[in-house]
Amino acid sequence: MILISQLSKKYKNAEEYSVLDLNLKINEGEIYGLLGPNGAGKTTLISMLSSLIKPTAGHFSINGFTYQKNGNQLRQLIGIVPQEYALYPTLTAYENLYYLGSMYGLKGEQLKEKINFHLEVLGLEKFSRKKLDTFSGGMKRRINLIASILHDPKVLFLDEPTVGVDVQSKNVIIDHLKKLNTLGTTIVYTSHHLNEAEQFCTKVAIIDHGKIIVEGAPKDLISRYPESHNLEDVFLTLTGKALRDHA
Amino acid sequence: MHKLWASTYKELLLLSRDLGGLAILFVMPLILVVTITLIQDSTFRSINDNKIPILWVDYDKGEVSKNIYDGLAESNSFNIIGKETDNEAKELVFKGKYQLAIVIPPNLSSELEKKVNLNVEGLLSKFGLDEDMPESEKMDLKKKEVILYFDPATQMAFKNSIKNGIDKMIFKIETQTIYKAFQSQITDDETEAIFDTESFITFKEITPRIGENEIIPNSVQHNVPAWTLFAIFFIIVPLSINMVKEKSQGTFVRLRTNPVSYLTVLGGKTLVYLSVCLIQFGLMLGIGVYLFPILGLPSLDVSGKIPQLFLVAIFAGLAAIGLGLLLGTVAKTQEQSAPFGATFVVILAALGGVWVPVFIMPKFMQTLSNLSPMNWGLNAFYDVFLRDVGIIDLVPELSLLFLFFVVTTAISIFYNERKNAV
Repeated sequence: MILISQLSKKYKNAEEYSVLDLNLKINEGEIYGLLGPNGAGKTTLISMLSSLIKPTAGHFSINGFTYQKNGNQLRQLIGIVPQEYALYPTLTAYENLYYLGSMYGLKGEQLKEKINFHLEVLGLEKFSRKKLDTFSGGMKRRINLIASILHDPKVLFLDEPTVGVDVQSKNVIIDHLKKLNTLGTTIVYTSHHLNEAEQFCTKVAIIDHGKIIVEGAPKDLISRYPESHNLEDVFLTLTGKALRDHA
Repeated sequence: MHKLWASTYKELLLLSRDLGGLAILFVMPLILVVTITLIQDSTFRSINDNKIPILWVDYDKGEVSKNIYDGLAESNSFNIIGKETDNEAKELVFKGKYQLAIVIPPNLSSELEKKVNLNVEGLLSKFGLDEDMPESEKMDLKKKEVILYFDPATQMAFKNSIKNGIDKMIFKIETQTIYKAFQSQITDDETEAIFDTESFITFKEITPRIGENEIIPNSVQHNVPAWTLFAIFFIIVPLSINMVKEKSQGTFVRLRTNPVSYLTVLGGKTLVYLSVCLIQFGLMLGIGVYLFPILGLPSLDVSGKIPQLFLVAIFAGLAAIGLGLLLGTVAKTQEQSAPFGATFVVILAALGGVWVPVFIMPKFMQTLSNLSPMNWGLNAFYDVFLRDVGIIDLVPELSLLFLFFVVTTAISIFYNERKNAV
């Protein structure tokens, strides 16, 4: 279970908080979608939960662990699929996965089996000895996902895992994530694909200006706003149609 | 331990995938050592095939100018080209066609003789050994000047050595003329040896010995350690670029979310890049021993020194890697790390005495030099190559190099943790 209490983040030299007094509870086994326009605070929240940045205020725990007290145990418990590929382009898919799996303490046959299993499920087994820099965007996204789940994390954070990928790759990724969820992995996911989130998530929170403005199961939210037919309508009703460019 | 080996293996793979980079890493230092040694070898050689052409204008045509000419010719360093006039020589030198012109003034020999004779006669008359000189003979002779024209681009060290050389020759000629004047005043027999004109004070250079053999340093013994060290420290450039690349690829960010310490990540890099340093070092020794004699250079003498040499190379390599890790941790872009790394190595080399010996640096720079890890490394290499010391004697320099590695690595870890603290 993820418990977030009064969590805030203000970047150095920023005028506003990216995340402000955020309270959230994500139950075990959920597929939780964090949705919001650009600059809403989704990536900042995930970055804090995955120990990449330090909160300005507030605290959180994952399955009772905090980074301050149980940093390495917590890192062993979670998996992070970052927005960037975060892989070595001159290494092969297998070499990338072997190295990143080793960093979770996996080794030998166990590691090889896990790599081969995920490569097969995600349709990449015949490319395992090819260098990453020859892969398409969709293939890299799938390797990016495998690198984060080799150690069977209890909680998986995904920051826009399907951005810029073809429909086929997207389906394979979503199907695999659903399978992982049925095996007990809690998934916290950010995306701009609201249709995908509507189908995929058991619960979503719409974030804007660093705060949660609404939370609930996608169907409940749609029914809460009579003029909305889908999650995208709810999203636009709550966040408006104005452009949210930021730099 | 498994994570450390996995990190090391990954670094090895990354390095092996960049064959061009790998070739540069190994080939360029070798080219550097060969080039510098070939250039510097000529300054160390007693018999120099490449004589420096200089211009000679002799208005004197006497004993003194002949002695100076012979002195220059005997040095085997110059190709002396005679010119008729001062102006012609001056013009050629100032246009940069020649580095030096020497102009011997008219009547130098005769007036020097006159001057010495006057002094000797004056002295002897004071002792009552000679009749008083008539006042009319106490003429006031004007001072003579040997004029030197230097190309403005000529280096100060060359200028000074020429000036000292000519000064020494003139001093010798003056002394001999004085002796001759006394001789002619005291006796009419020119064959009678009243004065022993041979130098009474000479110098003898005592060099260290191994058994019966003297250790006589040559250009290779000087150049290989200095430039090998320079090449070893250049490892900071590819190492810091490797780290900055990992940041820009996002892999460093991913590693921060993994249960692996920054020390382990740096450990993998240290092991691989230290291996690179040692292979580089081995290749350079090999070149010194086997290739240099083929190129007409003296062979590098490593007999009985291999363990000490590799020991110094390990610690120098560690110091260089520590610096590379720090630069890679702090730098945000390759544009920051590469030029800074390269320039910083050159500064460290200059401070360390690779370009110019430390003892001729200004006092302040000599103090600064003590802070350069390249200075510690160079001293350790010279200790092994030229002073033939044992491992125990290397401990102070090796300790400093190791301490430098520990401190720079610790700062890298501290900086990384402080920057990314959660």
